[in-house]
Amino acid sequence: MAERILSGSEVVLQALADQGVEVVFGYPGGAVLPLYDEIFKQNRIRHVLVRHEQAAVHAAEGYARSTGKVGVVLVTSGPGATNAVTGLTDALMDSIPVVCLTGQVPTHLIGNDAFQEADTTGITRPCTKHNYLVKNPDKLARTMHEAFHVASSGRPGPVVIDLPKDILVGKAPYLEPAQVQHRTYNPVVKGDRSQIEEAMEMLASAKKPILYCGGGVINSGTQACKLLTEFTRMTGAPITLTLMGLGAYPASDKQYLGMVGMHGTYESNMSMHDCDVMVAIGARFDDRVTGNLDFFAPNSQKIQIDIDQSSINKNVPVDIGIIGDVGHVLEDMIKVWKAKQYKIEANALDSWWKEIEGWRGKHCLSYKQPKDVIKPQHVIRSIHAATRDRKTYITTDVGQHQMWAAQHFGFEHPYEWMTSGGLGTMGYGMPAALGVQVAHPDATVVCFTGDASIMMNIQECATMTQYRLPIKTVILNNRYMGMVRQWQQLLHGSRYSESYSETLPDFVKLSEAFGFTGLTCDNPADLDDAIKKMLEIDGPVILDVAVDDKENCYPMIPSGKPHNEMLLGQETNGDEAIDSDEGMVLV
Amino acid sequence: MKETEISKHTISVLVDNESGVLARVIGLFSGRGYNIESLTVAEVDADSHQSRITVVTSGTPMVIEQIKAQLSRLVPVHKVSDLTLSGPSVERELALIKVIATGEQRVESLRIADIFKARAVDATNNSFVYEIIGSPEKINAFIKLMEPLGLSEISRTGVAAISRGTLTM
Ligand SMILES: Cc1ncc(C[n+]2csc(CCOP(=O)(O)OP(=O)(O)O)c2C)c(N)n1
Ligand SMILES: [Mg+2]
Repeated sequence: MAERILSGSEVVLQALADQGVEVVFGYPGGAVLPLYDEIFKQNRIRHVLVRHEQAAVHAAEGYARSTGKVGVVLVTSGPGATNAVTGLTDALMDSIPVVCLTGQVPTHLIGNDAFQEADTTGITRPCTKHNYLVKNPDKLARTMHEAFHVASSGRPGPVVIDLPKDILVGKAPYLEPAQVQHRTYNPVVKGDRSQIEEAMEMLASAKKPILYCGGGVINSGTQACKLLTEFTRMTGAPITLTLMGLGAYPASDKQYLGMVGMHGTYESNMSMHDCDVMVAIGARFDDRVTGNLDFFAPNSQKIQIDIDQSSINKNVPVDIGIIGDVGHVLEDMIKVWKAKQYKIEANALDSWWKEIEGWRGKHCLSYKQPKDVIKPQHVIRSIHAATRDRKTYITTDVGQHQMWAAQHFGFEHPYEWMTSGGLGTMGYGMPAALGVQVAHPDATVVCFTGDASIMMNIQECATMTQYRLPIKTVILNNRYMGMVRQWQQLLHGSRYSESYSETLPDFVKLSEAFGFTGLTCDNPADLDDAIKKMLEIDGPVILDVAVDDKENCYPMIPSGKPHNEMLLGQETNGDEAIDSDEGMVLV
Repeated sequence: MKETEISKHTISVLVDNESGVLARVIGLFSGRGYNIESLTVAEVDADSHQSRITVVTSGTPMVIEQIKAQLSRLVPVHKVSDLTLSGPSVERELALIKVIATGEQRVESLRIADIFKARAVDATNNSFVYEIIGSPEKINAFIKLMEPLGLSEISRTGVAAISRGTLTM
């Protein structure tokens, strides 16, 4: 095929189009003006102008996480690129496929401390899956296509392409995606068959099995989630999900135990602790999940399935580690289970479930909604109830409200839950909601945020207005950095150092200033009406709900404690101080 | 081997010789708190632009497995091989060692160099630069002996390693 010679910017746009990109989240600047000129001249790719580059990356993450596609970001050199770093790190930690194009000073000025020069590939090397600096126009098209492949395959993640301005302005040949193949990068997708057989034999012999599944299942796709459901039902085993895995299995199902980990349910964590065979599927034994490693599931054999070989045997040694794509491996697991007619021994499984029902009986997420003050959990549950028959996507910020959303909003399907898990980035919620709403214009998108978190990307209100994105932002307003206050109460003698939200804006006026509706609610009796009103308004809304400022998030496994030493909270044993020097140094 | 026992491993990594690749490898070690005892790198195949990096590191078996897994998932990495586990291997290092001395010490340093098959590659009236090639242990031993004899400067290449016999990466 004859090479087509285009300008560098045309090559970039052509590559984006050929990669199926529909929308780019970005912010212009000197180094990327040639690209913005090209964007101006075409109408295949839509550009969404955010108000801060960090938000561009979170928006791309929201877009990616809610569609299964790659999210695309475009920012300028220097401060544009450095502003994107938090978002890139967030995407790396949560394995979200993002391609981020950064402008760069022209090649002959690189290294000269030129205006708005930053060593972008140097700065982003540890916070991307891979990055490129394109110095040779012949490599531009290849790099673009390769970046999409790297971002979306294997364990997904963010990829940066640093584009010097002279490369964008100069001529460059265009190559079709099909003409590009990578020499070294070839992730394994199919799991080793004999290991899978061994694993199924191990599971079939279990008396107290548990399936522990994470974000990898969602990354693997909707088909993988279906297979997970099929497999879980076939085996009759209990299943728990990580924060990143919510939605991979229907929350309403009777085999589902709820979320696992620091703020997971009592029944999940006790089952993890007491199980004899654990199957980890697309989950990475994060410290928020395992608690104290020395006491983690002490009597269990472990099987782990992950596409990233470095996730296997990293924190927790496993007996069988299967490298492969969760969807492919689950398919084989189902085949083997059926072919060998495996069945977990009925008596054993029965008494395991009886034990679990005992733990369930604690109703660890229960709370009492009094007449005078709104409980934050109640807000989540009420919104869940009010949106049940709509296609609804949820994003969150970081803090107590995030954990309450994870605990109390039942997710039935994958792709509907967007949260910053690994990095815990305050300021994620609203921009992520932008990306979700852009991808799903007709769906209901709710962002649960806190009074502190919302301030971290509040400028995105302008983006909501500009693109008429009818996002419903719900502030669980406890006038505190609640999660910080909770730790200070439990670990630092109730010395609430700098965790009070001293001067909050009037969120109604703020909403109006940005051109949309603001609502408030502080009376439990009015909550349902406020929610109804919010959902009926055809446009962005901020609903500021004054909630109980003393409420703590339970259950909780304090840092450094094992799963069977959970704190259950007010309804049972009160807000007791945590006495642990070990826990003190942990985050 | 016990899970907590720390052992030394020599790991060979074949990489695309592109800019930043060494920074990726080193950044991985420093970012994750692994230690590097020795590191060498040079292009070994000019046509396919491949370099070979040899890293000597140490850790528990789980840490060593992590290091290899982390290296393997870097995009420009072709292959990772643990020479310590894959069978017998040859390890060689070159060192240049400057000894400043006169009289009996100077003569003694020459005598020891002879025993170690080190060559004098530079000489003045009161100095020698010795070139020695061998295993890191042999070079360490040589340096130890030179210490009282006017040892004043050392430059070492770090370890290059390859497996014995017909086994290849
Ligand atoms: C960017 C960033 N800075 C600091 C933190 C530490 N942090 C975690 S939760 C939290 C408080 C969040 O307060 P708010 O948004 O009001 O949520 P709440 O816990 O009250 O629901 C803070 C400061 C963080 N996660 N992210
Ligand atoms: Mg708060």
